[in-house]
Amino acid sequence: MIHSLFLINCSGDIFLEKHWKSVVSQSVCDYFFEAQEKAVDVENVPPVISTPHHYLISIYRDKIFFVSVIQTEVPPLFVIEFLHRVADTFQDYFGECSETSIKDNVVIVYELLEEMLDNGFPLATESNILKELIKPPTILRSVVNSITGSSNVGDTLPTGQLSNIPWRRAGVKYTNNEAYFDVIEEIDAIIDKSGSTVFAEIQGVIDSCIKLSGMPDLSLSFMNPRLLDDVSFHPCIRFKRWESERVLSFIPPDGNFRLISYRVSSQNLVAIPVYVKHMISFKENSSSGRFDVTIGPKQNMGKTVEGVVMTVHMPKAVLNMNLTSTQGNYTFDPVTKVLTWDIGKITPQKLPNLKGIVNLQSGAPKPEENPSLNIQFKIQQLAISAKTQTWMEGR
Amino acid sequence: MAPFPGRSRWRSPAADPTACCSPCLPGEQPRAAGDEGQLLTAPGLLHRHDDLKEMLDSNKDSLKLEAMKRIVAMIARGKNASDLFPAVVKNVACKNIEVKKLVYVYLVRYAEEQQDLALLSISTFQRGLKDPNQLIRASALRVLSSIRVPIIVPIMMLAIKEAASDMSPYVRKTAAHAIPKLYSLDSDQKDQLIEVIEKLLADKTTLVAGSVVMAFEEVCPERIDLIHKNYRKLCNLLIDVEEWGQVVIINMLTRYARTQFLSPNQNESLLEDSAEKAFYGSDEEDTKDAKAEATSLVKRKPYVMDPDHRLLLRNTKPLLQSRNAAVVMAVAQLYFHLAPKAEVGVIAKALVRLLRSHRSVQYVVLQNVATMSIKRRGMFEPYLKSFYIRSTDPTQIKILKLEVLTNLANETNISTILREFQTYIRSMDKDFVAATIQAIGRCATNIGKVRDTCLNGLVQLLSNRDELVVAESVVVIKKLLQMQPAQHSEIIKHMAKLTDNIQVPMARASILWLIGEYCEHVPKIAPDVLRKMAKSFTNEEDIVKLQVINLAAKLYLTNSKQSKLLTQYVLNLAKYDQNYDIRDRARFIRQLIVPTEKSGALNKYAKKLFLAQKPAPILESSFKDRDHFQLGSLSHLLNAKAVGYQELPDWPDEAPDPSVRNVEVVRGSAGLPRAHQGGGGHWEPRWRSSRTLTVSPSSTGTKHLPTGELQQALGQLQQGRGETCLLAEPESVSEESESSSSEGSSSSGSEEEEEGSGDQSEDKEEEEKRKKKKEKEAPRKASLESAGRYPAHHVPWVPRAACSPMAVLAPSQLLSPAFGSVRTYELLHRMTGEGLSVEYCFSRRPFPHDPHMVAVQIQISNNTDAEVKSLRISEPKPLSGMRIQEFPEIGMAQPGSEGSCVVMGIDFCDSTQAANFQLCTHTRHFYVSIQPPVGELMAPVFMSENEFKKEQGKLTGMSEITEKLTLLEKCRSDHAIVQQVTSAANVGRVPCGADNEYRFAAKTVTSGSLVLITLEKREGAAAQLTVNSEKMVIGTMLVKDIVQALVQ
Repeated sequence: MIHSLFLINCSGDIFLEKHWKSVVSQSVCDYFFEAQEKAVDVENVPPVISTPHHYLISIYRDKIFFVSVIQTEVPPLFVIEFLHRVADTFQDYFGECSETSIKDNVVIVYELLEEMLDNGFPLATESNILKELIKPPTILRSVVNSITGSSNVGDTLPTGQLSNIPWRRAGVKYTNNEAYFDVIEEIDAIIDKSGSTVFAEIQGVIDSCIKLSGMPDLSLSFMNPRLLDDVSFHPCIRFKRWESERVLSFIPPDGNFRLISYRVSSQNLVAIPVYVKHMISFKENSSSGRFDVTIGPKQNMGKTVEGVVMTVHMPKAVLNMNLTSTQGNYTFDPVTKVLTWDIGKITPQKLPNLKGIVNLQSGAPKPEENPSLNIQFKIQQLAISAKTQTWMEGR
Repeated sequence: MAPFPGRSRWRSPAADPTACCSPCLPGEQPRAAGDEGQLLTAPGLLHRHDDLKEMLDSNKDSLKLEAMKRIVAMIARGKNASDLFPAVVKNVACKNIEVKKLVYVYLVRYAEEQQDLALLSISTFQRGLKDPNQLIRASALRVLSSIRVPIIVPIMMLAIKEAASDMSPYVRKTAAHAIPKLYSLDSDQKDQLIEVIEKLLADKTTLVAGSVVMAFEEVCPERIDLIHKNYRKLCNLLIDVEEWGQVVIINMLTRYARTQFLSPNQNESLLEDSAEKAFYGSDEEDTKDAKAEATSLVKRKPYVMDPDHRLLLRNTKPLLQSRNAAVVMAVAQLYFHLAPKAEVGVIAKALVRLLRSHRSVQYVVLQNVATMSIKRRGMFEPYLKSFYIRSTDPTQIKILKLEVLTNLANETNISTILREFQTYIRSMDKDFVAATIQAIGRCATNIGKVRDTCLNGLVQLLSNRDELVVAESVVVIKKLLQMQPAQHSEIIKHMAKLTDNIQVPMARASILWLIGEYCEHVPKIAPDVLRKMAKSFTNEEDIVKLQVINLAAKLYLTNSKQSKLLTQYVLNLAKYDQNYDIRDRARFIRQLIVPTEKSGALNKYAKKLFLAQKPAPILESSFKDRDHFQLGSLSHLLNAKAVGYQELPDWPDEAPDPSVRNVEVVRGSAGLPRAHQGGGGHWEPRWRSSRTLTVSPSSTGTKHLPTGELQQALGQLQQGRGETCLLAEPESVSEESESSSSEGSSSSGSEEEEEGSGDQSEDKEEEEKRKKKKEKEAPRKASLESAGRYPAHHVPWVPRAACSPMAVLAPSQLLSPAFGSVRTYELLHRMTGEGLSVEYCFSRRPFPHDPHMVAVQIQISNNTDAEVKSLRISEPKPLSGMRIQEFPEIGMAQPGSEGSCVVMGIDFCDSTQAANFQLCTHTRHFYVSIQPPVGELMAPVFMSENEFKKEQGKLTGMSEITEKLTLLEKCRSDHAIVQQVTSAANVGRVPCGADNEYRFAAKTVTSGSLVLITLEKREGAAAQLTVNSEKMVIGTMLVKDIVQALVQ
C-alpha cells in the first residue's frame, strides 16, 4: 500500500521523509515538482500522479504537501483519507499542522508515523490509542521530562487496540464529569447578481468534547430528526439504533471528536441572513473603474452577524484599488489580485460600505465580467436548519 | 522562506560544536538534530559521530535517548546515518521503552543495507516472540518482519506460523500484517503463506479480518476459493471491522460476488436492449433481434437473487454513512457493480455528501461520479445543483463538475444547465471557459432540441474578446455544423471572416476544413480565403498548413477555374516545407488531383475521395466505458491498468454452486455471538425443512446435485420467509477437513439423508432459532483468549462414525465412557429442583456435531409424582466465545422415571469458566451451570513415543510445568497410576520404552493444542510430573488435578 511519505513545503523543500518498505529515493518527487510547476496554483496539482515506476498521491494541507509513494493498485481515496488523518493527528498533537511544528517535534512525528502504518497498511489511527502510545508534548511535560529523564512514549501499552471499542481508552477518570456539544452549521450558497439564490445547502457538524469517567454510554435525540436525512457518523455511533429510533447512541471517545456531520439541502428552508448591494463597473477605454459594496443583515431572529469577511478575486487587469471603508479594514494584494475586507460585526443602524476607484492596467481590455464576491460570516447561537436537540441521557 | 525562520541559522558555522556533546533539553533537541544533519555531510566533522557513539555506549538512558533522537531526526531529513549501525544495534535490548522504539525505527530503516550486523538483533526479537505479554509479542513480530533481510526468511516463516495460532487476536493481526512483508521478501514462500492466510481467514475476530484480507489481496488474490467458507462471516463482521479493513474487505467481496452470483440486472438489461434497438435499429434487424431475444428470454429462468448476494448488499449499506470517505466510496462502487438497478440510487446521496470534503477527496469522488453518471444518469439528477461550480473551486474540480453536469443533461433540465453554463463562460479562468464551451457542444449534440440555441450562443461567442474562447468555439461549432451544414452557410461565412484575426492554430485549421468541406455553400468566399492563406502559408503551424493543402485540393476539384493557380502555388510551397508530413501530403495530393499522363485510374475518383459524405463526429465523454475498471480504484482514476490491479470479472452466465459457502454455517452459527454483537443481527440463519437439510449434506455431496434444483429450493425459501435462508447441515462439520472428505463422506452423506426425519429437524429448527435470539443479546464484550479456533482438520481424532444425528439416545448407549470410571456431578439437586434432579457427567465421547465441543451427558430423573413436560435449555448466557449446543427438548418425563439421558455440547474455549444457562420445564426455570474440570477440556490423542518426544521438545520453557510428588501406597502400581491419571483427565496413553515412565497425550478440544503428560517414578514413592502445553493455564491446573489424584 503506502510505500513512503514525503512532506514538502511550499518552496519545494522536502523536510521529512518516512519509508515503510524499502527506501525510495527523494528523486521520485521530481515528478511531483514537475506537475506542481504545470499547475498554476497549489490547488490545481492533481492528487494522483503517475510516474514510470510509482504513483504519487498527494494532499495539500496547511501549506504542506503530503506526498505518498504508491507502487501497486490501491483505492486512491484510501490513501487520501489516510493522509488527511495524518494531518489531523499532527494538528491534534501540536495544535497546528505546520512545517515549524513538525520540525520541532520530528521525533514524535516519526514515532506517530511508525505507529500509524505497518508495512504501508494503517494500524492505529484512532487518536485515543495514539495518545496512549505516544503522549502529546506539553510544556509541562517537556519540563518534567528534562528533569526526570522520562519520555513521551507511554510505558503502559494501550488497551484500546485490543478492545472492540478501539476509539476509547480504558480507565478514564475525571473529577468533574462534563460533556460539551458544539453544533456548527454552515450555509453554502451561490447567489446570482440579482440576489436570488441559485443553490444553497446547509452543512452541519456536531463536535463534542466529552470528559466522562469510565465507559459512559450516551444517547442523544433530536426534536425533528427528519431533517437529518444525510448524516455521516463517527464509528462509535450505533447504526441500528439510529435507523430504528433516530437516536444517537454511543460510547464516546475520550476528548474532542466529531460526532456527526450532516447535510440539509432544502432550498426553501435556507434563508440567507445577509444581503449585498454591489456596484462594480469598469469604464470602456479608460484605466479605472468603480467599486461600491454594501453589506447588510436580513431577517436573522435578532442575532447579530459577526466576523464578516469579504474576499474578491479581482480580474488580472486590476493594478490597484483606492477604497474607503466605513467599517473594518481592507487589503488588496496586487500579486494575487485578492481584495480582502475584514468587517467584523454588522450593526443594522450603520451598514458597512466599501467604495472607491479601481485602477486598471493601461491599454489592457476592460474585464468583461465582474468578479464574484465571497462573503463569510458567523452568527452565534442560531441553528439555521431549525434542528433542535431535546435531550441527552448518559449511563 | 517564511515558515521556518530558524533554518538559516542551522547552516551557519557559528553553531557551537560542543553543544551537541552535552545532552540538550528536549525543547532544544530538534535544532540540535537539524544541526547534526547538516554538519554530517561536511568532511572533517566526522568526530561528531563519535559523540553519538559515545552517548549510545554510555549506561545512562537519557544520553542514549538523546542520541537516538538526534539520529532519528537525521533519518527524517533523509541524511545518511548508516555508519552508526553497530552502535545503535547494541541498544536493541535496552530497557527504556522509548530508546527501544527509536532503535526499532533505525533498524527497520537500515537493516536492509547492513544485513550481517542486523542479524545481531534477531535473537532479541525471537525472545520477544515468547514473551507472555501479547503486545510485546506483537511488536517483536512486527519489527522482525519489517527488517528486510533474506537470510531470516525461515525464522520469519516460523514466527508467522506460530503467531497465527496465538491466543491473542492482536498478535494474530500482526501475523497477518507480516504475511505480505515476507511475501515481498521471498515469493517462494507463497504456498506456505497461503496456508497461514487460510487459517487466519477462518478467524472470527474483527481485529484480524481486515488485515488478513489485505494479506490475501497481496499474496493470493486469485485464490477466490479460500473466501467461500468465510464469506458470510466476513459480511457479518464487516460493520465492526476498523475502517481501513472495511475498504479492503468490501473491494475484495465485490470481486468475489462478481464471480459467484448472477447479474441482478440480467432480465432488465435484456428488456432494455430490445427497447433501445426498437428505437434506433432498422426494422429488419429489429425483428430478427426481437425473435432471438424472445427465445433467450424464454430460456432464462426468472432471476432470484442469491441470499448471500443480498446479505452483502444489506450489510454494506449502513457503511454509506461512515465518516471515512474511502469506506463510502468502497460501498458506492460495490453497489454500482453489484446491486440491482433499482437500488443503486442510494449511493448518490452519500457521494454528494463527500463533495463537501477536502479538495483531493472531491477530485477522486467526482471522477467516479462522472463515470457513474454516464451509466446511471437518473441516480444523480436530483442532486444536479450540488454539482454547480463555485468560483473558488480549483480548475481541475471545475472541469470534473462540468463533466458531470454535461452527463446529467437531458431534455428537461437542459435549460437550467445552459443558463448555468452561460455564467461559467464569463469566468476569469480561461481553461474552464474552454471546457464549458466544449460541454455546450456536447449538450447540443446529445439533445437535438437545443442544438440551434447552443449554436447561436456559440456563434455569439465568436465575437468574444478573448481569443481562446473564440478558438474553442470555432472548434465546437465546426463539429456541430457537420451535422446539418446546409442551413448554416451564414455561420460559415462569419467564420471565414475570422481567419484574419484568429491566431490559435486549432481554430484556424477548423475554419479551413469547414470552408473546404462546404465550399459549395460559400462559393465566392472560399477561393478568397485560399488566396489569403497562400500568402501566409509559410508562417502557419503544421496543422494549419495541412488544412490549407486540403482546402486547395477541394477547391481545385470543385472550382478549378478560379483556384488552379493558387493550388499549384500552395503545393509548390508545401513541396519544400521543412516538415516531411507536409511534403508527403503535397506530393500525394498533386498526383491525385492534377491529371497527368502518368497518373493512374484514381484521378477520376478524386472528387469522390475528397468530398465524400463524412459522418458527423460524436462528442463523447472521456469517462465513457471507464467502468470496466473497478470504480474507486487507482486504475479507474488513471484510466490505465495499475500494477497489481485485479480485473473485475464479468458476471457468470450460470451461478456457481452456492453451497460452497454453506460449510461454515455450523461453526459460523455457533460462533455467532461475536458476529452479532455489533452487526445488530440482521442475519438469521433459519432451518427451513428437512428437505433443504438434505440438499447440502457436505461439500462433496452437493457436487452431484444439479444447480438448478438447488436454486429453486433457495428461491422457494426466500419467498417463504422473506428472510435470508441458509442451507446447512450440522453433520457436515467433520466432513470439512479436506484431507478426509475424499473418502467416505458420500456414504455418510446418504446416511444422513435417510436419518434426517422430519420432526427431528423441526426440533433443530426451533432450537436454532431460540439460540440465535439469545446469542444476539449476548453482551458486547472484548475477549482476548476466546478466539483461538482451528479448522476442523486439525482435530484428526474425531471418528468418522460419530456423524450420527443428534437425538435422545438410550442410556445404555451413553453410559459407556471411553476410559475408566465416570464421575457424575450434580446439576440440579432434588430439593432445589422441586423433585426434579439432574446430574451430568462428561461422557468423554467426541461430540458429534462439533468437534470443538465437549460432550456433556445429562441425566434427568423425575422424582415428583407429576409429569414434567417440555424440558429444555433456554437462555444460555455463555461467556464470550463460549458456545452451547442444546439438547433437543424432552417432551415429557414420567413421574418416578430414572433417567432420560441427553447429550449437549459445550465449547468451553479451553477455559474452566462455568457455562451458565437455564433449565426450563413447562412450569419452572432453574439457573444452572456446568463447570468442567480441566481434565475434561481435552481429548486423547494417540502418538508414538518418537512423536511424543518431538512434540515435547517444542514445548519447553514457559510451556513446561514440573512438579515433584510422593505417590501414595495404593497408587504405586502401573495399573493404578494409569487409572488415576486417565480418570483425572481425558488423555490417551503413549507407549513408553522406559519402565519407570508413563506418558499421556491429549489435545484441547477447542483449540487443539497438545497437552503432554510425563510421569517419572523415582526411588521409593517419589515421582516427578511434567506437563507440556502451550496453554499454560491448562497445564498448571492439570498438574494440580493429577497430583491431587495421585496423592490423595
